[in-house]
Amino acid sequence: MAEVLSKGVLLAFLSVALGLSAMAKAEGVGDFVQPSSKAASVENCVEPTEYMRRNHFELIRHQRDETVYGGIRGAKHSLSGCVSCHVGYDSQGTPLEIDAEGQFCSSCHDYAAVEMNCFDCHATVPKGEAWNHEVAAVHAHPTGAAPLAATSAER
Amino acid sequence: MKNESEPTNQGRRDFLGAAAGLTAAAVAPGMMLHTVDSEAAAPTGGVSDAHRWGLLVDTSKCADGCTACVDACDQENGLNLQSQPLGDDELKWQNQRATWIRKVKLQDNLTGQVTNLPLMCQHCEHPPCVDVCPTGASFKRADGIVMVDRHTCIGCRYCMMACPYKARSFIHEQVDQKLTRAPRGKGCVESCNLCAHRLDTGDISTACADACSAEGHQALVFGDLKDPTGPLRQALAKKPNRQIRQDLGLNTGVRYAGI
Amino acid sequence: MKRIVYREWLVEPQRYWGLLAMLAGVIAVGGLSALYMEHEGHWVTGMTNSVVWGTPHVFAVFLIIAASGALNVASIGTVFDKTAYKPLARLSGLLAVALLVGGLLVLVLDLGRPDRLLVAMTTYNFSSIFAWNIFLYSGFAAIVIGYLWTMAERKGNHLQKPVGTFAFLWRLALTTGTGSIFGFLVGREAYDTAILAPLFVVMSFAYGLAIYMLVLFYAFDADGRPIGPAMLKRLKNLLGLFVAAVLYFTLVYHLTKLYGAKNSDIEAFLLINGGLYTALFWVGWVLIGGLIPLGIIYHPELNKQRDWIATASALVVAGGLAAMYVIIIGSQAYPQEMFPGHSVIQFGAPGDVGGRVAPYSPSFPELLLGLGGVGVALLITAVGIRVLQFLPESLADRDVDPHASARHA
Ligand code: SF4
Ligand code: SF4
Repeated sequence: MAEVLSKGVLLAFLSVALGLSAMAKAEGVGDFVQPSSKAASVENCVEPTEYMRRNHFELIRHQRDETVYGGIRGAKHSLSGCVSCHVGYDSQGTPLEIDAEGQFCSSCHDYAAVEMNCFDCHATVPKGEAWNHEVAAVHAHPTGAAPLAATSAER
Repeated sequence: MKNESEPTNQGRRDFLGAAAGLTAAAVAPGMMLHTVDSEAAAPTGGVSDAHRWGLLVDTSKCADGCTACVDACDQENGLNLQSQPLGDDELKWQNQRATWIRKVKLQDNLTGQVTNLPLMCQHCEHPPCVDVCPTGASFKRADGIVMVDRHTCIGCRYCMMACPYKARSFIHEQVDQKLTRAPRGKGCVESCNLCAHRLDTGDISTACADACSAEGHQALVFGDLKDPTGPLRQALAKKPNRQIRQDLGLNTGVRYAGI
Repeated sequence: MKRIVYREWLVEPQRYWGLLAMLAGVIAVGGLSALYMEHEGHWVTGMTNSVVWGTPHVFAVFLIIAASGALNVASIGTVFDKTAYKPLARLSGLLAVALLVGGLLVLVLDLGRPDRLLVAMTTYNFSSIFAWNIFLYSGFAAIVIGYLWTMAERKGNHLQKPVGTFAFLWRLALTTGTGSIFGFLVGREAYDTAILAPLFVVMSFAYGLAIYMLVLFYAFDADGRPIGPAMLKRLKNLLGLFVAAVLYFTLVYHLTKLYGAKNSDIEAFLLINGGLYTALFWVGWVLIGGLIPLGIIYHPELNKQRDWIATASALVVAGGLAAMYVIIIGSQAYPQEMFPGHSVIQFGAPGDVGGRVAPYSPSFPELLLGLGGVGVALLITAVGIRVLQFLPESLADRDVDPHASARHA
């Protein structure tokens, strides 16, 4: 937790610095949204962009505990939401790993030299997310009535 | 056997329990943080202690040689994406790869009768793994599911030493592929979480029980131990059943009929 | 009584730097092994989901309990007012801290996520014995450093007794805590007993003293300081007592286990048919670590020669490592009994072990990491005695305790 905390603090400092420099250089820096991603086509992130630049980690971390301890999934601030919206695609429509060089997460994190270890464990492309997201609603069953057909697994 | 060791273990439990009580007082405010404010539009209202999830395994229906539950679990949680590291010994790898559920075959020493059963985390009410975990990464959700918070697990493996069921696996290798719904990475410990991601999205099922039914065996019944009219309680009422290592007094959420 | 004079270690520079270079080499190799294991993941070790704690834990636990044992010499001097032990106290404190640091380092570097050390130090689960141990260890280091200060600084001298007593009690708690790490594991047949904690305490006495004596002899030899025969006799008698106590508690441990009839299988495994583990128990733990050293210590001739006593100490250390191996690894290799009255004929995939003895063979990186920890402990000691006044100028009998030497003369 403290590691995360200290990283958060570090990140906050850096993002302030980044924000300032972004202001200086006007629009150029900080616009790392991939043109091929869903995010490119929407007006805003889940919160105002400036706010997200500085505070995304706080939001993600807060949601992380909600999910792990409280079982609240697929919420507005969940990391899997970030990935599914911000992941870029190649010309064949295959998703590109979000932490790959030049992609959304790493282009900024590399620029700010902030280490990121979410993706030690988390998926870098939307993958088998059926149970986290919109799709899940389709599979939802009323309490107690377990479905007979195998709802499991990757399709 | 039961009578013989119950008192000691219970005494130990009480001691740990008292210690845990002290902690709870200290930690509780922190825990609250996790449960308040769920501005997020979640598919369910989140975890609550109105439920306690569990399983009944009817060993008489568990088929010899069938691995449907194991395969389904592997698929569901991305464990089939594990690959043997180059240069690792085949047998050693089978003992190093993560296994959340396994098929066990027993033979009665007296009668020679053979029993098949799936064995997974038993979701103990008094989980030794949670008692021993130094960082509190091993924890029990309000709905009785025991799991690991991989954000705080330091990989000390003390929980694996403590679990009486060999239910836990340590991730021995770098993980290249993982699913969005089941994040996993090198250096942490993991185990069956009763498909928590399904429950949290309102789908009251587990991959293993579904697969077993789909195969036509119906050896696994998943449900809510606290719901007297639910399928699990009804099944439990019909068949005499017990816990593995009942003598330890852990009050497991997974019960077995026919052992 | 003469005032005791302490001096920095006056070994020739070549020898000193040579020693440091060698230790640094051992440490570097250990560090590289840790990096390698951390980078690749634990699959490169012999550890599996059955044997989850491997060779690094053998070394770590050994070093940690030896650390608390090394402090005994000081405690005997301060707490029990044995004047003759007072000159030995400073080295005892230094060695205790050094061994603890070495052991903890190994323990930490063997974690799955050593990078999360801060998590371990900031989020506690107070029902975990392991978490308590983190306090016990860091507290121990702090107290011993304070204790060393009371010994070295005249202003602090009057505090020496209370601080020393506190340190002594703390070290008892520490070893009991270390023993309890294992003693609370209800799911493992070999551990589920209260006797483990006292067994660990007497083991710590023996191993700590043995290491202490080896270091003392080496350091004194290297710059030609004398150790009187009475002092030698005192130390070896103490070692003999501790080693005998280890054997006694070992016996009690097995008797308690045998008494609970349901444990007879694990007993048969450890004592009769456990292959390597049985061999390590009898040959390593009992013979090399117990009976042979006792034979030397109570041999009328050999026990007057320092080299033989050093040999006995070395054997105790070797036996101690064997004992740790049996306790830590043997007990994990032994199958957890889940289904009484049944034989497990299949347990998951073929290599996935249940119901039978789990294979484990230590890998090189594990071993090197463990040795690296020993290297760290010795390096700290070597530098400590070189730059600070830890070693008494002489342990000749007349300098230590004139009356005693007069009696023995
Ligand atoms: S079965 Fe093992 S891992 Fe699962 S809750 Fe019980 S002790 Fe913990
Ligand atoms: S390995 Fe992780 S979950 Fe298990 S005891 Fe250690 S920190 Fe807790």
